[in-house]
Order: sequence, then structure tokens, then C-alpha cells
Amino acid sequence: MAIAEQQASPQVAQASSDNSWHGIVLQTLKRNEISLIPYVPDRVLTPLIKNLHADPFFTTFATAREEEAVGIVSGAWMGGRRGAVLMQTSGFATLANVLASLAVPYQIPLIMFVSERGTLGEFNYGQSLVCRTMRPVLESLALEHHTITRLDELEFIADRSIKQAVTTQAPVALILNPLLTGGKVFDK
Amino acid sequence: MNTGNTKVMNRFDVTSRLIARLKHEEAVIGGIGNTNFDLWAAGHRPQNFYMLGSMGLAFPIALGVALAQPERRVFALEGDGSLLMQLGALSTIAMLKPKNLVMIVMDNGIYQITGAQPTPAAGVADIVAIAVGSGLARSSWAADEEDFERLVDEAVSTGEPSLIAVRIDDKPGVGATRRDPVQIRERFMHGLGVREPL
Repeated sequence: MAIAEQQASPQVAQASSDNSWHGIVLQTLKRNEISLIPYVPDRVLTPLIKNLHADPFFTTFATAREEEAVGIVSGAWMGGRRGAVLMQTSGFATLANVLASLAVPYQIPLIMFVSERGTLGEFNYGQSLVCRTMRPVLESLALEHHTITRLDELEFIADRSIKQAVTTQAPVALILNPLLTGGKVFDK
Repeated sequence: MNTGNTKVMNRFDVTSRLIARLKHEEAVIGGIGNTNFDLWAAGHRPQNFYMLGSMGLAFPIALGVALAQPERRVFALEGDGSLLMQLGALSTIAMLKPKNLVMIVMDNGIYQITGAQPTPAAGVADIVAIAVGSGLARSSWAADEEDFERLVDEAVSTGEPSLIAVRIDDKPGVGATRRDPVQIRERFMHGLGVREPL
């Protein structure tokens, strides 16, 4: 939920080449016909969000809260259109109710990309604490989730997980670890 | 609350009036609690979706349906207490401007189903003013039942999202939705033409 409060990171200027992490995510979404992308922004996700906005295949927009975005993609899926939600760790922490009362019981293939903050160089104690709530919540609902740390595994994990979510009608969380994205570091 | 001289109506009656006007397989999303109980009681339709949780998400779910099926009119029924949980959704809808979305707020100023406690907005906030301030210019209080029907007719002929707020009494819902989320979702998808039954 940390909205861009700092100057642009070097990643923003980086072109979305097909072998960057965000280029791979964008192409994997497109290949799986996932076109509706509501998000609550995150510094690390900025190049992905920017390139999604620039690509007319996608309908990309910010929502006020993460659960609002979950409601939107759930409705869209029932209407025959696929979507995915982008968020940060702290945003995932707001989702326990909607996961347990909408996505899981109604068997909706909710696809979540979570930019992981709170580990591997976190500088905000609150972020590191909220990060520790994420996997226990996922495991308490027996939700499929993968932490992606390697660029060479990203496409396989994302593509297979999206297909599994759709065919098994079950949510999936794809956690983008700082080992993959570079994360966010204290830069003063 | 600046509701002028609007009449206090009844949720089941207003919901029944809405359903009676739907002739084109319009989707209807019923918010948590009494709102979807009265939608259920008004007569099940394959294009109805009933929420059994996720309080406050009737408008976002309806927005998703509206974005997926731009040729279908989509109605969302939400209580005032539920809407208060997700006011930001009004701005999201105002920004996207789906021309096929109609939002209806059933406002009794209380959490009827939990014991009729007043909402924090009761007596101080105006749902329509909040909606207008959120960017939804086509937002109105229904003065009475006939005015509600007129506003529904207007909403379906306009090219932008509309919100209709209705002052309602403190009566509970007339029916009770069957708590079968998978069947609710599956039948809704059949009703929207997304899937065929097995």
C-alpha cells in the first residue's frame, strides 16, 4: 500500500524487455488471457503497472483497497473475463475476510501477485511484522501459494499456477520475493 | 441527513418493484444480509448473485460483471452499513464510468440484522452527497416508490453509472437465501451465459 513516496527507482526507466521479471509477468498474463488488472500500487511493482497501463490489451486501474479489487475480479470471472490483482504484503494482510467468505467458498480462481516486503533488507519494523502474517493466513485456508525467487523459474511457476487456479477453481497467491525483484531498500 | 421529504419505503417492496421491471436478463448482485434475503424472496432469477459474506463488496462485484459483459445491464443492491465499509469503490466506479451499472442503496441508518444498532453515518452523513462527491454525478434519492421506478427507467437509458438511494424502514428481510455458495455462483454463471450446466 506504500504509494510512490520516493523518487523513481532505476527499474522504472528500465524497458520491459521480455526477460525482465515484469516483462515475463506481463507476457504470462497475456498468454493466459488475463486482461483485467486492478491493483493497489507498490514501489517494486511500478514498472509492471506502468507497462500494463501502456498495453491496450489490459484494463489496468487502481482501487482504494485490495478487497475491492478482489470483488471486481471475482465478478468479472463470473461474467467470463479473467483478471488478476496486484498488491503489496501489507495489502494481502487486509484480505482474510474476503478470501474466506468469497473467493474460497464460491470457488473463484482468484489470481494474486503479491510484492513481498518485510524481509531481506526491510527497514520498517511494521512491514516486517505484517509480512509474517501472510503465509500463516494462506496456510490456514490451505491456499496454493508460491514464493518466486528466481527469474528462470518465474514463467513456469506463474503460467502453471494460473492454469491450475482456473482449472481447479481455486485461488493462488504468487509472492514476488526481493531475490526476484530487487525489493525495496532504505536508500538514505 | 439531507434526504428532504423522501418517503420511508420497504426493502422487499422496492426490490420486488425492481425485479418486476427487469425484462432483459439483467444481472443483479445482492449485498450481504437482508439485502440479498429480499432479493431471494422477490423470486429467484438465474441472473441473481447472492453474497454470503465479504460485506461491502456488492458494488465491486457488480463492477466486475459490468466490465466483463458491457452489453448486459448490471444492478447492485447494497445496504448503507455495507456501503460505508467500501466508500472508495464509488470513486473507482466514477473513474471507470461503466455505462451499464446501476447501484441501489437501501438506507435504514441501522445494522438491522445485528440488532438494529445505528450506523456511524445515521443522522450525520448523506449517502447521495457522498456518491456525488465521489464523482458519481447521477446519484439521487428516490422520493417514493413511483419515483424509484422512474429513476430505474432513467438509469437504464443513460450512458453513465447511476446510484439510487432509498430510505427504508427497519423491517428484516422477508426470506432467507440458501447458503450454498458454489451453487449460487454456478447458477449465476449459467444465467450470464458463461457456462452450460453439466
